[in-house]
Amino acid sequence: MSETKEIIISSDKIHTDQYLVNMGPQHPSTHGVLRLLVRLEGEIVHHIQPHVGYIHSGIEKMCESLSYPQVIHLTDRMDYLSAHMNNEAVCLCVENALQVEVPDRVKYVRTIMDELTRLASHQLWWCVMGMDLGALTTFFYGLRDREHILDIFEETCGARMTLNYSVPGGVMFDIHPNFQKRVKAFITEFRKKLPEYDQLLTGNVIFQERTNDIGYLSLEDAIAWGVTGPSGRGSGFSCDVRKHNPYSAYPLVQFEEKLDTRGDSFARYRLRIEEMHESLHIIEQLIDNIPEGDYAVKMKGVVKLPEGEFYQRVESARGEFGVYIVSDGKKNPYRVKFRSPGFSNLFALNKMAAGHKIADLVAIMSTLDLVIPDIDR
Amino acid sequence: MTNEELQACLTGEFTNAEVKIGKQYVEILVQADELHDAAVKLSTLPLLSFDYLFCLSGVDYPEKIQIVYHLESTKHRHTVVLKVNTADRVDPVVDTVSDVWQTAKYHEREVYDLLGVKFNNHTDLRRLFLDDSWGFPLRKDYKDEVRIVER
Repeated sequence: MSETKEIIISSDKIHTDQYLVNMGPQHPSTHGVLRLLVRLEGEIVHHIQPHVGYIHSGIEKMCESLSYPQVIHLTDRMDYLSAHMNNEAVCLCVENALQVEVPDRVKYVRTIMDELTRLASHQLWWCVMGMDLGALTTFFYGLRDREHILDIFEETCGARMTLNYSVPGGVMFDIHPNFQKRVKAFITEFRKKLPEYDQLLTGNVIFQERTNDIGYLSLEDAIAWGVTGPSGRGSGFSCDVRKHNPYSAYPLVQFEEKLDTRGDSFARYRLRIEEMHESLHIIEQLIDNIPEGDYAVKMKGVVKLPEGEFYQRVESARGEFGVYIVSDGKKNPYRVKFRSPGFSNLFALNKMAAGHKIADLVAIMSTLDLVIPDIDR
Repeated sequence: MTNEELQACLTGEFTNAEVKIGKQYVEILVQADELHDAAVKLSTLPLLSFDYLFCLSGVDYPEKIQIVYHLESTKHRHTVVLKVNTADRVDPVVDTVSDVWQTAKYHEREVYDLLGVKFNNHTDLRRLFLDDSWGFPLRKDYKDEVRIVER
């Protein structure tokens, strides 16, 4: 194959003791259709060339022929675990362009939904992180708790994953009368369950051995490769959009941006667990104070953006998600670009995994928390 | 720096470029042959130090293809939008900035794949998502006779 030939030619001399292995596109630990072309010597990884595009669905091209409310529906098919953040990014972009001020109630509800989504995403990540390393029990523990959040989503907007809850100007429906009660019950319950996560996996000797000092990424590399989210913060890169470019109700809440300078797999793991605590803390501050009022402002039937360029950054569960809209004043965008966090994070994998064993590659990839449709779009 | 300070600073440093304050960010439009120098300057000047490229997009306009770089400084926390127009819309070429910001390497491959923009001095310019037999789907004149049915 042409890529195979290229990778051999590109190395300085032909190593007779090195060989190429295709990992994927159907590999259980890639969690989707991703192919890594791995150059190995024995079981030591020398170079990784990711090949993407197996589920490229041309979402950016499709958006050009859709109206803005329709674009929102495509965004949660990209990173299906951060569906609400993606929806919100487009909504905020449209609202900023039209200079629409949404009611406080909407800001609160959106922020609570953001953090619930983040929790659900991190729970699923924790499940499969354990599973990738051979600890199947974590899968059942994580899914057990995630189910409560998905039930809340279902009651709120009818969907469990592809929410489509945000619309330009607000949210699609008001929150369910049970919403506050159920979220509070979930927080109390999950607060008790979170220490179990540490007892089950974090302290485990095998887990520690397989993550400590494995997959190091320096701060300079994290910035240069644009690695964001918990993966970037694990290298000490302060990149939390919620802190630096706050949106919705984030300016109103107290929370810490957790940073770790160790830069290894364990740091990235640890930060996601810490982030779950922070998310619970954020929801707690908001859930009792949701202001009364409308759940959406009245928008025109056909949403038309003024001519110009608009950019909106939000913090999804994987890192910085961005929407870049170029409008020519019509009802559909002239060009939409989605800056997906997984795309940038994936290509830093070679930096992290080169020099480690192939079994560690699975662990390192797990700590990046990749969602393939987010990369391919 | 605030947007106004940044605009003043950029106007002083980049004499051939067009600097203006857009709807959100300061925008700087450089000449295609000065792109690489401008990128180096933006990333290395201590006052600016734009070290984090968070978005790289290509936009197909009627007469040109524009490459848009969204940059942030992790030190000063200011943001700038760097833009460059290609001279030729049919066979567009610009210099790569992947030696300045590593992440651009794959973002540029994506732009090459979907818009057909060639990046000079790029170490590994191949298509990223699509097969070689495809056209460049994000161009406005792209026609797919097999898969798109005109209504």
